[in-house]
Amino acid sequence: MSEPLITLTGDGLYCPQGAFHIDPWNAAQYAVVTHAHSDHARAGSTQYLGATPGLPLLQSRLGTDANIRVIPYGEVLERNGVRISLHPAGHVLGSAQVRLECRGEVWVVTGDYKLAVDPTCSPFEPVRCHTLITESTFGLPIYRWDSNSDLMSRINSWWQTNKAAGKTSVIYAYSLGKAQRLMASVDSSVGSIFTHGAVENVTRAYRQSGVALPPTYPVNEVAPRTKPWVGGLVIAPPSAASSPWAKKFEPASDAVASGWMQVRGTRRRKAVDRGFAVSDHADWPGLLTVIKESGASRVLATHGFAQVLARYLREQGLDAGVIATRYGDEEEGAELAAEGEG
Amino acid sequence: MKAFADLYADLDETTSSSAKVLAMANYFKVTPPADAAWAVYFLSGRKPKQAVPSKRLRLWARELAGVDEWLFDECYEHVGDIAETIALLLPPAAKESDQPLADWVQNRLLPLRVMEEGLQKVAVTSAWLALNTRQRFVWNKLITGEFRVGVSQLLVVRALSQVTGLSTDVISHRLMGNWEPTPLFYSELMAPDTSDADVSRPYPFFLAHPLEGEPIALGPVEEWQAEWKWDGIRAQIVRRRGESFVWTRGEELVTDRYPELKRLADRLPDGTVLDGEILPWKEGVLPFGDLQKRIGRKTVSKKLLEEIPVVLMTYDLIEIAGADLREQPLSVRRRQLEAVVEQVADSALMLSPRLAFDSWDELIIQRQSSRDRRVEGMMLKRQNAPYRVGRVRGDWWKWKIEPFTVDAVLTAAQPGHGKRSGLYTDYTFGVWDDGKLVTFAKAYSGLTDAEIQQADTFVRANTLERFGPVRTVKPELVFELGFEGIQLSARHKSGIAVRFPRILRWRMDKPPEDADTLEQVKSLLLASKGDPIDVE
Ligand SMILES: [Zn+2]
Ligand SMILES: [Zn+2]
Repeated sequence: MSEPLITLTGDGLYCPQGAFHIDPWNAAQYAVVTHAHSDHARAGSTQYLGATPGLPLLQSRLGTDANIRVIPYGEVLERNGVRISLHPAGHVLGSAQVRLECRGEVWVVTGDYKLAVDPTCSPFEPVRCHTLITESTFGLPIYRWDSNSDLMSRINSWWQTNKAAGKTSVIYAYSLGKAQRLMASVDSSVGSIFTHGAVENVTRAYRQSGVALPPTYPVNEVAPRTKPWVGGLVIAPPSAASSPWAKKFEPASDAVASGWMQVRGTRRRKAVDRGFAVSDHADWPGLLTVIKESGASRVLATHGFAQVLARYLREQGLDAGVIATRYGDEEEGAELAAEGEG
Repeated sequence: MKAFADLYADLDETTSSSAKVLAMANYFKVTPPADAAWAVYFLSGRKPKQAVPSKRLRLWARELAGVDEWLFDECYEHVGDIAETIALLLPPAAKESDQPLADWVQNRLLPLRVMEEGLQKVAVTSAWLALNTRQRFVWNKLITGEFRVGVSQLLVVRALSQVTGLSTDVISHRLMGNWEPTPLFYSELMAPDTSDADVSRPYPFFLAHPLEGEPIALGPVEEWQAEWKWDGIRAQIVRRRGESFVWTRGEELVTDRYPELKRLADRLPDGTVLDGEILPWKEGVLPFGDLQKRIGRKTVSKKLLEEIPVVLMTYDLIEIAGADLREQPLSVRRRQLEAVVEQVADSALMLSPRLAFDSWDELIIQRQSSRDRRVEGMMLKRQNAPYRVGRVRGDWWKWKIEPFTVDAVLTAAQPGHGKRSGLYTDYTFGVWDDGKLVTFAKAYSGLTDAEIQQADTFVRANTLERFGPVRTVKPELVFELGFEGIQLSARHKSGIAVRFPRILRWRMDKPPEDADTLEQVKSLLLASKGDPIDVE
């Protein structure tokens, strides 16, 4: 067998032939980044490569002086004989799978991905390969998402009920991606949408990139005395939950939008009124679909329930293993860690 | 089933009592009596016995989901609950059923118990395929006899009262005792005419509040009656239309367990209801542990009857000659009670003595003999107070010698050291705060070796998560904790810190939802500000 196209170094996934890293967690010479979440895009590398639609997000994550080169999805770039291309991962705006080809050998690093409907980013595109490095955040068969329309109609009816009761609806969702997916998917005819500062910043970058989003009102820019948010929907990052900032929306009903909300125990420990299992990661059937469609004969799982997924795949006759990256410190992965299981 | 599962989800997820009451009220407003009757039945903590062992459910679920045992176990480890693991693992429903709840219970659930395994499997798997995830969870809980909702009976009563406009007393009264969840029962429950009273029904118990601070705050001493606080089982004895009933506070009918009390009840004049404490008694009160030997026994051997006879230590008369005495002042009820006890003259009926005192100081001195008398302290009752419903502040106070006690729920455990290493003996306890448990104390001592073994087994079988050596467990076990002092603390999540917490006893009789609330614990803060009255 020829030398592997990707190896794991102390800095992250590395392609020796091409001399570049993918989503390195330490500063590197040349970093291909799958998306702008903090566990994938870290500041300090000399040069970055990402997908065009993600540029404003990468800039705000890595700093405007970072040396970022972007290429459109599907365009091929060659580096030391390795052909690199980026393909939509459906995770957040500009998220990409990284396809590497060298001497007929094809590897794909999925980064984070989902198959669920998301109007704020390009849908996942299957890519054929020999070796697939896949995320496995929700690599347990109990994670099977309800359809996006079911989820959103549940959120809408929660919002409507609160509005009828004179309450504000406060939903906690990761500020990059989840928040914008929510605002684009809920029924904005129910009421106005208000944003936490962190959410508003990212939302601005989304709009800059041409993503159509309903109007949002930053909470810190409206006159608090009039309590304009009563009956509205406030979108805030999970860190704002039970903070003094959240107090001003009383009387309110609060909710968390996260894949981990699939499990009752996690929902109850969050101590919010509702948990909606809305995730930007693939569920178990999604993981299996992507693996199958990739045609890969070898699969390396990383992040989350990697061991479980790898064992399952081996039992299905695939050559599968685990690769221990450090991804997963963002949103949903981080929540799991906080729950004590990471 | 759909509406009920949605209601369950609403109740399960919200942390606010008023939201829970509202959700229930909205449900009852639109639900037909046949379904509503079952809903009341389940919500008030009644549940069908296990119809299918969960081992079978696991097997069938694995087959249906095409999941190997190891993968099922991984899921279960992560979820921490079999019913939920199965609900999440099964393939999506082919077509969701809109069969009403009563149908589900009567035609699908109840028949399961008498089916042989093969038929059970067909019935259960076809049920699964007609339900969505939330409904399956409720269904699984129902058929495994583990159904439990995070609402107290009081909240159910409030919801029903909101829907009917009837007072909560009437609803509580109608919900007590033995009833069948039929449409007829439900229409009686909601009936505007309140002159009903089932022959067997006890009255809702009037419960005392812990005394906060010194009794001097209660005002003039002559307005008060004092008795010992007996450490037994709170009970009412009902005699009506030639029938006798013994009810305990858990609303359990225990007439057959205590033949002594049945015998005495049979001798009561018709239309009498006594309130008091069941005590193990042999020339004096026996330890509570002795009573526990009788609690679980449905049939009592002659030997046990001789070894541990019980009495009713009565302290109130709620009904006489068929008339409800609750609006009468305690002084009047007491006089009539004394007359009844004298007239019946049964060795199993004792009158809780009124303590003689002319000042609070005298009472404080008498109270110091509590431990020698094997009582828990004193009860202070306002002479002119009616017999109220539930835990109403102001008229009945329990003034315990254990300065502070709290019923708390076991939330986590870790292994002990020394001779108990390897056993989960270091416990973390929580109390309720708006629907969730907050940690309020850790305790290491107080259980017997047998209880430690039992707790250890529970911890291993009910682990939710692991953090290093610590396991969080399903909130199911309730313990009475005692401690010496309490103060505000910014370092603790609960906002309070307690001194020298220890386990006083395992409250196997209490469901977790009946454990104390943070608010109740915080009310003890007031008490701790005065000097401890107890001198030990
Ligand atoms: Zn991500
Ligand atoms: Zn990630």
